[in-house]
Amino acid sequence: MEIPAIVGAGLIVIGVGYGIGRIGGSAMEAIGRQPEATAKIQTAMLIAAALIEGIGFAALFAV
Amino acid sequence: MFTLRSSKQLILTLLCATLSFQSFAKETKDAHDSDGADLKSEIKAYIQHHLQDSYDFNLLSYTDETTHKKVHVGLPLPVILWDNGLQVFSSSKLHHGESVAHVGDNYYKLYHGKIYKTNAAGEISYDDHHHPTNVKPLDFSITKSVVSILFTALLMILLFQSLARSYAKNGLIAQGIGRFFEPIVIYIRDEIAIPNIGEKHYRKYMSFLLTLFFFVWFLNILGLTPLGINVTGNIAVTFCLATLTFLITNLTAKKDYWMHIFWMPGVPKLMRVVLAPIELLGVFIKPFSLMIRLYANISAGHIVLMSLISLIFIFKNWLGSSLSFMLAFAISMIEILVALLQAYIFTMLSALYFGMAAEEHDHEHH
Amino acid sequence: MEKLIGEFSFGLFFWQLFIFVGLLIFLAKFAWKPILNAVDERENSIKDALKAAEDARNEMAQLQSDNDRILKEARAEREALLKEAKATSNNLIAEAKAQAQEQAEKILAQAQEEIAAEKRNAIGDLKKQIAGISIDIAETLLQEELKDQDKQLEMIAKRVESAEIQ
Repeated sequence: MEIPAIVGAGLIVIGVGYGIGRIGGSAMEAIGRQPEATAKIQTAMLIAAALIEGIGFAALFAV
Repeated sequence: MFTLRSSKQLILTLLCATLSFQSFAKETKDAHDSDGADLKSEIKAYIQHHLQDSYDFNLLSYTDETTHKKVHVGLPLPVILWDNGLQVFSSSKLHHGESVAHVGDNYYKLYHGKIYKTNAAGEISYDDHHHPTNVKPLDFSITKSVVSILFTALLMILLFQSLARSYAKNGLIAQGIGRFFEPIVIYIRDEIAIPNIGEKHYRKYMSFLLTLFFFVWFLNILGLTPLGINVTGNIAVTFCLATLTFLITNLTAKKDYWMHIFWMPGVPKLMRVVLAPIELLGVFIKPFSLMIRLYANISAGHIVLMSLISLIFIFKNWLGSSLSFMLAFAISMIEILVALLQAYIFTMLSALYFGMAAEEHDHEHH
Repeated sequence: MEKLIGEFSFGLFFWQLFIFVGLLIFLAKFAWKPILNAVDERENSIKDALKAAEDARNEMAQLQSDNDRILKEARAEREALLKEAKATSNNLIAEAKAQAQEQAEKILAQAQEEIAAEKRNAIGDLKKQIAGISIDIAETLLQEELKDQDKQLEMIAKRVESAEIQ
């Protein structure tokens, strides 16, 4: 039985969503702990999220 | 020439008109349709059509009630083809794909947004996968996207030259609309360029980063206007921007950058051999992900927004339609944020890659 | 992926590249360079002004502290001078007192000595005069007493009588 590609897409979205969610949550915690480092944390968060997102898109387009 | 005040008003008007006009345009198009399945497929085709570039600047199209003919309101744009010599003609000749354009000795037909060379009858032949096999002439047309790009370029020249001039006139203090953009310029310098590239080398990348940021941001915002321009959701545009980032990164790269790719310092010899191809692949994946990210985010935003607006006409009752309207409104707000965020991320990551290229380490030389 | 390649339009790519690079070069020359220079210049001037203010303030503080120091020194010096003067005067007084005492004692001693000498002289003179007077008196008495023979005999008898023979 062949698994349809859309299932793969769904798995990708789950993975990427989990990953970006973790990054966002951790960033919030970090900002809560060190509000003075907000700018640095946000930058790092965006970069990390963008990298995961990039992989997610690459996989989605491969599907 | 615009004065600052009038250009400010223009931008404001464009922003204010976004939602109302967009739903209006949809209404005129779909009001006549009653069949549900037909409506859905038409909406799908409409969204697909919107995401693509087009040869004329279409403002709205609708079917006339009495004559049952499609009416298109908009500006025709020049089509420029290279087909055994330069062929230039107005896009009005293509009649939105409804008839064949006869230019000189050649016949052209618009099919699914692309121009194909056909015979006098306008026949298109297909292969097994239902792809047209007709010749596609090399196309340099001034399309809707090109017009938008030109408009953005002119807007940027206008805005930033006036900002640059206002410094000389007003004793180093920005005047007019430049007051809004100056902090953004400084933000890009202080928060994007300097932390990522470093105090020493950042200056030579600043022009690219600033142009890139404002170009992408303005085009993203322009895409949210009722003009419905989808420039940054176009793979050719993002490919071009990502290619420029790629070229600048690799052409300005220092010795250390290449050493990090081919002979990673600080890891065992065997690992270096394994890492080299991965790192080399990364050189290409980085700009590729830049390209895909911008394209996919903007396209996805447009699809979601248009689908939600279309839902109003699928529900056709006060509860569902008003809910869809609220959702569309909320998504529009998010899209305005995304427009800025994507421009920021593109610029940020470009700066990061430039930083990797310009970085000079001294820890591995001892 | 196929969809992406299918969507790629070379014409749009060409125009995008052409316009973007043109825009980049134009803005770099006529907008970004003057803007960044102006911003830099402004920031530098602000920095310089702040630095100058800081310097002036430091200088002011320096002057203030100098003044304070000088004042303190002057005060200390005055106090020292006063102390010294007081000590000197005390010394002088004490010395003068001692000298005066000494002198007085000396004068007193001399006076006593002179008085004693005078006394001695006076006593000597007195003794001499008394002796002379006594002799005179005795002469006169004797002359008076011994004028007749009886009396002389009486006296001799008295003497003899009073003189006890042991």
